Formats: sequence, structure tokens, C-alpha cells
Amino acid sequence: MRRVVITGAGTVNPLGHDLDSSLQAMAAGHSAIGPLDLPEIDRLSVKIGAQVQGWHPETHFNTARLALLDRNAQFALVAARQAVAMAGLAADPARSAVIMGTAGGGLTTQDAAFHAVYAEGKSRVHPFTVPRLMNSAAASQISIEFGLTGPVFSVSSACASSNHAIGLAFQMLRAGMIDAALAGGSEAMLSFGGLKAWEGLRVLSPDACRPFSAGRNGMVQGEGAAVFVLETAEAATARGANILAEVIGFSMTSDASDMVIPNPDGAARAMAGALADAGVGPDAVAHINAHGTGTAANDRAEAAAMAQVFGPRAGKIPLTASKSLHGHLMGAAGAVELLACLLPLREGILPPTAGYLGPDPACPVDLVVTSARPIALTRERGVILSNSFAFGGLNAVLALRRA
Amino acid sequence: MRIERQMRAAETVAATIRQILADQARLDPAALGDNARLADLGLDSLALVETLFAIEESFDISVPFNANDPAQSADDLATVGALIATVQRLIAAR
Repeated sequence: MRRVVITGAGTVNPLGHDLDSSLQAMAAGHSAIGPLDLPEIDRLSVKIGAQVQGWHPETHFNTARLALLDRNAQFALVAARQAVAMAGLAADPARSAVIMGTAGGGLTTQDAAFHAVYAEGKSRVHPFTVPRLMNSAAASQISIEFGLTGPVFSVSSACASSNHAIGLAFQMLRAGMIDAALAGGSEAMLSFGGLKAWEGLRVLSPDACRPFSAGRNGMVQGEGAAVFVLETAEAATARGANILAEVIGFSMTSDASDMVIPNPDGAARAMAGALADAGVGPDAVAHINAHGTGTAANDRAEAAAMAQVFGPRAGKIPLTASKSLHGHLMGAAGAVELLACLLPLREGILPPTAGYLGPDPACPVDLVVTSARPIALTRERGVILSNSFAFGGLNAVLALRRA
Repeated sequence: MRIERQMRAAETVAATIRQILADQARLDPAALGDNARLADLGLDSLALVETLFAIEESFDISVPFNANDPAQSADDLATVGALIATVQRLIAAR
């Protein structure tokens, strides 16, 4: 089987508009969560979120192009451009894939169209409403921009979408179906209607995202995108490309039990599955980037799943929950959290988790807090897991290491 | 007369809440005593979220509740009687 590596990464997220600024903010433990700047904010009960600030799409796209781009696809395209600029695209376009995760697709477009016809009584919406709001729009836009004519599709598995997308790209590369992929995720759900829907579930925090911490009171929404260039280790080495990480394992499982309450067994099987797929044991794991939403239900289930997989060592594996920094990016969460996993690989440090108030006895984990923590990745213990667990019980875990 | 009207209104509120709870728990409203705990009626935090939605829509009020930590809710929602009292207080403050 072929080895698969990441040679390019790009992003637009609440912490930064490119890879370097995002990694710097993560390393500094800077949280982008703050007051939401949205119309009719007074009618929302939750008024905080992690927005992409200072976003001027007209600096990235001309007017004709922009007419076809929801905020979701704008983020995705700019992230993809950065990833391609970093890695280059050397493979045959017909054997190059684009696989993008998203939970909501062009929700801002949909929200605006519904508002126009229902609230404003208008009789028509923008003619490009459909090509903007399709879940697959970002994947199509990326394929068009770079002329990639191989497999192109979107993956939608709620908050696990990105990990499913990146995992599928990994499997297709490993199996020899394709020679390169742009994979990741994008989300732009911070619209009035999108937030209203979330408000109803009563799982959003009014003040901060505090994963695994005493006193946590819910999740905080974010938005943005991250896109990676994946290719075979052989091709990357042959052309002298800089390798950011090797993807060594992937596993997806389903709880098949509840639409919103996670079952630790499904998460445990996904973590164990990713390790088995990589051909390494639990002792090889040096760090975990948690799903870590800051909800009581997720954090307890995730800690229980870690105990199931790692036994007594579960409480000693350094854990980061970067949603406390960039918010919960839904279908883009796994992609932006994979950026956080590049920090230990590239700079030998683990980013801290923000919002921590003190230990929660229900979550006996070694959470990295306050400031970045140095980590030595060794041959015996150098594997990093990135967890994504979605509503509806859909679990996807990626395993990485230095190439 | 005014007091009588208020009492009748309070009884209607209580009856509506009992009906909403009974629909959620699939029980006879008459079986819902004031001291019955919602958790014992089989209403978990998710069912409570749906119950509160129905109550808020019925009475045009907003009931503060965070499903992450039901125990730390600012209002007492633990029993049928406590929920009715909370709703009546929120209606009065409307």
C-alpha cells in the first residue's frame, strides 16, 4: 500500500486568514470567541461566536465570480489557493480529487433567500441561489479553479464531515485510485437562521467554550475553512516537496444509538480503529486533538472513550481541545483541528486549550492549558490522533505522524 | 372577582403544562402529581428541551435552561409543581 503525506495546507478561520497566523494564534492560546456581529443580534439568546473578522471577499474574487460564491465557498477557495501555493499540484488532473466536508453548505445564501421571500414578501431570489447553496458548491468551485477532473464531491456528516473527507482522500490515495487530492472542509453557519436553529437545542454557551473544564456550559459556534494537499510519499519525495505530516490511519464508526447523545463505545471504536489501520498500538499515541466541544455530553463521552482505548494511560496523554480557540466549525471542524496537529509535528509544541477553570472529575484527562507545552515525538511514541464525533453518532478519527 | 379570574387563569396554566408533560411522557395528565420528578417521568434533558419549547410557545415566555447542566438552571424545573410555579412566575413577569 502507498504511503500518504500532506504537503500543503491553507485556511481561513477565526484565528487567522492563513496557516502561519492561525498556528501562531493557536500556539499563543489566543481565543477568537467574542461578541457576534450580526443583524438582529438582540433577538438571539446566545450572542457570542467565533467569526472570521476582516473578511473582504472582493479582494479575492471579481464581481462575476463572487455572484456564484456563498461565504462557505469563499473560505474554501481561498484556503485551497493557499494549500496549492504551498505544495504545487504536480499530479495528473484526471487522477486528482477534491473532497470537501460541510454540514450546512451555503446556509447564508439559503437564509437570505428565505428571508427575501417569506419576511420581505419578495417574489424572486438571486438567480444563482441554487449553485451557491449546494453542499457540493465548494468542492466544485475548487475543481474548476484548479482544473481537477478526477473524483470531486462533498461529504456531509455534520461535525465529522471534514475528517470523513480527509479520511476518504487518504484511503483513495493509499489504494491507488488517485494520485493527489485537495481535501478539507468549510462552513459558514453564523447566520441569524442558523444560530436560531442551534439556540433551540439549548447546548450553546452564553460566555465561553471550556472543554473538559469544571463549570463548562456548552459549545460556541465558529466558521471558516481548511484545505490540505495530500499525495503519495513517493511522489512528494521524488519532486522534493516539503512534507508537513504523514497520514497513517483512519477509521469511521457509527454509534447507531441516538441523534444527539454520544455513545462512548462508537468513539472508542473509531480511535482504536484508526490505530489498527495505522498498524500501531495505543502506546504509540503521543497526543490527541479532542473533539472537545465543551458540552457536558460530548466531553464526558470522549473522556470515557479514551479510558476504554488507553486504559490507565488515558489520563496521561496530552490533550488539546482547540474549539476553545476557534469555536466549533461544524463541517470544517476536523480540517481546522488538523492544522492544530501540525504544531507538534512542525514546532514540537502542543497548543493550549482556553477557558479552563479547573478539573472536572467526570473528565480525568491531561488537558494542555495556559500555554503551549513542548512535546518530543519519538519513534515509539509519535502518533497524533484527531477526533471528530458528530450528532447522529458519526465518528471519524485520523492518525498522523512525522513522515 | 379579580382574584377568582386569576385563580381560574392559574388553573388553566397548570392544566396546559400537565397536558404538555403528559404528551411528552406519554402518560395520563391525572397521573402527574405536583411532587412527581420530571426525570422519574422518563423526561431526559432532551425531552425537557422539547417540553420547554412547547411551554414557551403556549405562553409566550422564555424559560432559561441550558441542557449542559440542568442542575444549574436558574429556575427550578425539577418537579411538575416546581415547573408550574416557575412558568406562572414568568407569565406574571411578562
